[in-house]
Amino acid sequence: MRAPGGPDVAVGDVLLSVENVSLTFGGVKAVSDVSFDIRKGEIRAIIGPNGAGKTSMLNIINGFYHPHLGRINFKGETRSKMRPHDAAYGGIARTFQNVALFRGMTVLDNIMAGRMLKMHKNFFWQLLRFGPATTEEVENRHRVEQIIDFLKIQEIRRTPVGRLPYGLQKRVELGRALAMEPDLLLLDEPMAGMNIEEKEDMSRFVLDVNDHYGTTIALIEHDMGVVMDLSDRVVVLDHGIKIADGTPDEVSADQGVIDAYLGVAH
Amino acid sequence: MHLLYQIFIDPFVQMGHAPDLLMQTLWEGLVAGVLYSLIALGFVLIFKASGVFNFAQGIMVVFSALTLVGLYAHGVPAFFALGLTIGVMFLLALAVERFVLRPLVNQAEIILFMATFGLTYILIGFGELIFGGDPKVMITDQLLLPSGSYTIKMLGGFVQMQKIDIAAAVIASLMVASLAVFFQKTRIGRALRAVADSHRAALSVGISLEYIWVTVWFAAGIVALATGIMWGARSNVSFALEIIALKALPVLILGGFTSIPGAIVGGIIIGVGEKIGEFYWGPLFGSGIEEWFAYVIALVFLLFRPQGLFGERIIERI
Repeated sequence: MRAPGGPDVAVGDVLLSVENVSLTFGGVKAVSDVSFDIRKGEIRAIIGPNGAGKTSMLNIINGFYHPHLGRINFKGETRSKMRPHDAAYGGIARTFQNVALFRGMTVLDNIMAGRMLKMHKNFFWQLLRFGPATTEEVENRHRVEQIIDFLKIQEIRRTPVGRLPYGLQKRVELGRALAMEPDLLLLDEPMAGMNIEEKEDMSRFVLDVNDHYGTTIALIEHDMGVVMDLSDRVVVLDHGIKIADGTPDEVSADQGVIDAYLGVAH
Repeated sequence: MHLLYQIFIDPFVQMGHAPDLLMQTLWEGLVAGVLYSLIALGFVLIFKASGVFNFAQGIMVVFSALTLVGLYAHGVPAFFALGLTIGVMFLLALAVERFVLRPLVNQAEIILFMATFGLTYILIGFGELIFGGDPKVMITDQLLLPSGSYTIKMLGGFVQMQKIDIAAAVIASLMVASLAVFFQKTRIGRALRAVADSHRAALSVGISLEYIWVTVWFAAGIVALATGIMWGARSNVSFALEIIALKALPVLILGGFTSIPGAIVGGIIIGVGEKIGEFYWGPLFGSGIEEWFAYVIALVFLLFRPQGLFGERIIERI
């Protein structure tokens, strides 16, 4: 149920697919035999009750965890595990459930850090602050300023992020991920702990990112209203097992999903 | 009354009476301070990039100096030995990253700190096994470091300055300046600070922890080598040198664990404070206060500025 109007990006080919992935911690099965795909240009939600394995799934996709079984196919390349550095290099950016920012650095420096992989000039040039390195710094700075404008955080750009309220920190974190100009953006509970107004702002940003930049987004969210409004397709996990996959309408009508959320008499 | 006079008046009267002696003491304090700064710098580098207090920095100083002297003793020409030693420090950085840090990613800082203890004992054992435990003489002449001294006539007396001390001060300043620029002005510097702040976040923007860690440990190794050469030139190269690393602690408390300029200023304050304290106030306590005076200075600073002189402000939203 996407907002009508606007140049909706055509949802296209499969960008990333997870095939029969399992992950265990000691004896606990965090994820078992889960398969699903994420298509280019869509907003894909991963939902489920607490402990369903949602965050583990994101961690597998960007290489923080390595699955014990199964494969990940990203941009046509199949591998059994990613490394975080490779994932970032390949165009996967993410935010974290409990905000992971560079707390001592300013908003600007945090978002600039997202440009790290876009800057290649030899560091001897950078030491001299001369020639190609200067041009590069200026170009990247320009992109970062655009993101700052987009997220409406101009007035706090020089503030160390440790001082910002939680809602703004989440926005800065999104900014840092956007600075990477990712092909796939992973958002781990982008609206957790926010009030209604902040949630609406964040939802707007997520939709705008998807519309304007055509960025594919996979997000985990607890607020069902938000999920229904934002996402094109939803995959539902429960106790590490996939129990449903489909449009928001299909999923919310699914008896298995209702049981998982509300509990069922045994 | 007499005691108060001895503490608060007499030392200053003495300073006034013999300004050349005061200058000499200040100079010696300055030189000691510069060397403390160098040691502290090694700590700051690693602390900045990984949040780890590297207990092994002291032994890295000894180990690099031993390697240099040992290679020379085996007939390797001095400058070639210097190059090889730099290579050895690089290999050490690689090994530390691969076998100590990588398996401990995302572990609590105290665990990484304990790991550096382990590293210390490995290096001590390894060093003794290869180079033996007896003190050695630093190859200052072969490395074309100056020897002898200048005697400068001033303030109605003489101040003597060892040339090697002047060289140490110059080398330390150059090293500090280039590291400060490296950290503040380059993309790699930004990456280093990012890693120090949050491993997870750094990984997610595509910073390779392996690369960063090898870089800082290598830089710390180079700093250790410079320290080893300079200290070795003043005394001998032996495992006793490791103790001076403990002097870095008050320097770091003073300067802040994350600040390169702080390490310098802190080192100089400690060095000068120590020498002045020993010379003018030492006799009151029967001398030998040099050993603990640095910690008193650090303690006083801690009372007023817990983050150190130049440490990053501790920012926390409550």
